[in-house]
Amino acid sequence: MSDHPSKGGNALQAILEKNHFNPTRLVQILREVQDREGWLSEITLTDIAQGLSLPISRVRSTANFYSFFYTRPVGQYRVLFSDNITDRMQGSTQLFEHMLARLKLTENQTSADGAVSVARTSCTGMCDQGPAMLVNNRAVTRLTPRRVDEICDLIKAGLPLSSWPNYYFKIENNIRRRDVLLSANWDPGEALRAAIARGPQGMLNELKLSNLRGRGGAGFTTAIKWEAARTAPGTARYVVCNADEGEPGTFKDRVLLQRYPGHVFEGMTIAGYVIGAAKGFLYLRGEYSYLLEALEAHLDGLRRSNLLGQNICGVEGFNFDIEIHMGAGAYICGEETALIESLEGKPGKPRIRPPFPVTYGYLGQPTTVNNVETLCKTLEIAINGGAEYAGQGTKQSTGTKILSVSGDVELPGIYEYPFGVKVSQILEDCGARDVQAVQVSGAAGICLSPREFGRRIAFEDVPTAGSFMVFGPKRDMFEMARNFAHFFAHESCGFCTPCRVGTSIISNIMDKIAAGHGTQYEMNELGRLTNVIRGSAHCGLGTASCNAIADTVQKFRATYEAKIRPVDFEPSFDLDKALAKTRAVAGRDDADAHLETSVGAH
Amino acid sequence: MTDIANTLTIDGRTISFEPGQTIMQAALAAGVFMPHLCYNPEFKPHGSCKLCTVTVNGRPQSACTIAAMPGQEIQSDTPELNGRRRVLLQMLFVEGHHFCPGCEKSGNCQLQALGYEMEMLSPHFSHFFPDRGVDATHPDVMIDFGRCIMCELCVQASRDVDGKNVFALAGRGLASHVVVNSPSGKLGDSALEVTDKAVEVCPVGAILRKRVGFAVPIGERIYDHDPISVKALEPDEA
Ligand SMILES: Cc1cc2nc3c(=O)[nH]c(=O)nc-3n(C[C@H](O)[C@H](O)[C@H](O)COP(=O)(O)O)c2cc1C
Ligand code: SF4
Ligand code: SF4
Ligand code: FES
Ligand code: FES
Repeated sequence: MSDHPSKGGNALQAILEKNHFNPTRLVQILREVQDREGWLSEITLTDIAQGLSLPISRVRSTANFYSFFYTRPVGQYRVLFSDNITDRMQGSTQLFEHMLARLKLTENQTSADGAVSVARTSCTGMCDQGPAMLVNNRAVTRLTPRRVDEICDLIKAGLPLSSWPNYYFKIENNIRRRDVLLSANWDPGEALRAAIARGPQGMLNELKLSNLRGRGGAGFTTAIKWEAARTAPGTARYVVCNADEGEPGTFKDRVLLQRYPGHVFEGMTIAGYVIGAAKGFLYLRGEYSYLLEALEAHLDGLRRSNLLGQNICGVEGFNFDIEIHMGAGAYICGEETALIESLEGKPGKPRIRPPFPVTYGYLGQPTTVNNVETLCKTLEIAINGGAEYAGQGTKQSTGTKILSVSGDVELPGIYEYPFGVKVSQILEDCGARDVQAVQVSGAAGICLSPREFGRRIAFEDVPTAGSFMVFGPKRDMFEMARNFAHFFAHESCGFCTPCRVGTSIISNIMDKIAAGHGTQYEMNELGRLTNVIRGSAHCGLGTASCNAIADTVQKFRATYEAKIRPVDFEPSFDLDKALAKTRAVAGRDDADAHLETSVGAH
Repeated sequence: MTDIANTLTIDGRTISFEPGQTIMQAALAAGVFMPHLCYNPEFKPHGSCKLCTVTVNGRPQSACTIAAMPGQEIQSDTPELNGRRRVLLQMLFVEGHHFCPGCEKSGNCQLQALGYEMEMLSPHFSHFFPDRGVDATHPDVMIDFGRCIMCELCVQASRDVDGKNVFALAGRGLASHVVVNSPSGKLGDSALEVTDKAVEVCPVGAILRKRVGFAVPIGERIYDHDPISVKALEPDEA
């Protein structure tokens, strides 16, 4: 926590050296330096800029973009409450307020002794074991008032995280239903050797037969992506595994990485073999930094057994290695071109497409970006062949899909089903009774009402990146939509006008309705803005940002109607409130000092 | 044959294009105005303001970044698309401080000119009143960050034309803002010179040359006689 170059100087130099003074590693460097110093002072940023021969503005630009980088001092203990709707349903708001009260703090305020700050953050991917928080980037799950009290005491006593009770940090896998992938018991390297036996083209042919489609959301055919990257001109090729998993309510990639890291890395290696890449990146969201050590150790093991490195499995010239890059709190970095920008050390802003990453990706070279689960599925295809794989699921959506189930259910956790499973089946299996709605595929997804529970999980019916949040009869679906509106306003990268400004306008309108000041006018505005943002945003974050509002307005209109006032319009500006300062100066608060028609008065 | 191949239609009108052109370039070259704000013909398209959004065969696309292709059916000057543009302009107006009557750029400002062009009668939404500040530390240039529309033209110009990297965009979402490359973060400490391309390229009143604000009186400025839809098609303006 020093503000002095002398103190951090040598350590900083060591970090820069470890990162080969490579500016593309700026996000990693900032993270490592901040881990040491607590925050990123202007002096530190200047030192980093000089060390990397970058303009200071470039370093500021990256440091300012990510939520988990602090360019102002924060508490030695940085507490961030996960603020997904599922955390809220588990009581996180009360716990958050309780903690603030106990520590005598307001949100985002650092205590006078510099010990602690408390704030909120987007979904941390612990929805099956929430409410959750991050303390200095370590996830603490299953919060209760008692646990929050204990944590307050630990913080007041100044105990380092390493001495906190272990079970605070325990993260369950909660695997509830297994199919091919989650019950597989392949030997390390088995699938890779099978792929090698088929040869790159042979493996590609099996992928085509399998009709494997991406599990990250867009459902793009993996074989086409790999083939394009394999044949595109380039001086180097790259494999990227997208483990940013920022979609609210999704946590299946976390379980895959925690329970089956070997599958993930092997899938990346198969991709490297097929497209002819020598280097792979795992882009891991900052919220999952607790996994980093184990993953690095796993990579070392793979190198020792020649499943990574030079001449892998004895194949002359098959060289491939994997590097882990950590994100730093930015949902947009799950978008593949923003992810690549982040890998290059820049703010995560989506590129103009075309060109797509398969021709112009990392450092302008052909790059495949695939979801964690997609890569795991390639093992199955390498071992069993594409035809057998295609036998499961539906014609257009082959194989199985892993769902992250949370919300009002008895058994939250991970469920693997063949594609085509009915929503009602999933609800039955996870012990959800009396369900009002299911939000499938996260904040960007689709909201289903009971009459739609006969629909199926499949690209051609209800597509999903894996999030499955269940809402019981007492939940207010408006509050879900409002939670997501805040999420998008917070996560907008700020590149394009409709999303940068529009998501904030929408979020303010939702707050106005929640406060009881909404009218039909606001309802119309929501519709109008949805049309503009959907029709002009630069990337999927923007275009999906109004989905939940559009769905809930249509399917759960009553909750909006119960909140809006039967007048045509109410100003968002409260004149009486605005006069409060004047009243204070005049020392008056009698009836005559108030306007009669105050908005909030009745 | 090739002539026929390299044509497309904009609002029903057939125009020809050169392979490699974007829809925006093809349109402007053919004398068809398409609203744009972050696009400047001298620079690589940025694609951020979204004012140029058209539909290509029914799908929304940014005209400044999408390649012209044979047979594209493009809609641009329609009530629906102009309605969207009006909303985008209103968003830009409320996001920053655009009190045009008090702005030196008034009459030369592309944001203001497009506001007139698109018949924007009011900012419509509640203002955000950002607190981004003004930097007047440079002897010849000032920057009012509150008027910035994040087009990054100054960033590009300083980097690629002036070879200086004076500007960068920082922050995220609504907190996005321009930062200056100098130890203090101040313009006066930077390598910026008044003759730099970066000073001239700002489409709005964010970067301003000092002491010349009213050299050309209001009423005789770029968009005072002819609207931006005419000016943008003049060869020296574009
Ligand atoms: C805002 C946004 C966030 C995204 N987040 C993720 C993510 O966290 N994980 C992921 O795999 N894909 C995410 N995607 C999709 C990726 O852009 C990309 O399509 C995907 O990683 C491709 O992998 P796949 O073909 O294996 O699905 C996101 C897309 C958008 C627009
Ligand atoms: S839609 Fe949103 S997240 Fe996507 S580029 Fe635009 S501002 Fe960024
Ligand atoms: S200062 Fe002007 S040129 Fe630079 S980004 Fe802002 S609006 Fe664009
Ligand atoms: S002119 Fe095309 S996005 Fe700005
Ligand atoms: S008139 Fe001042 S920014 Fe446009």
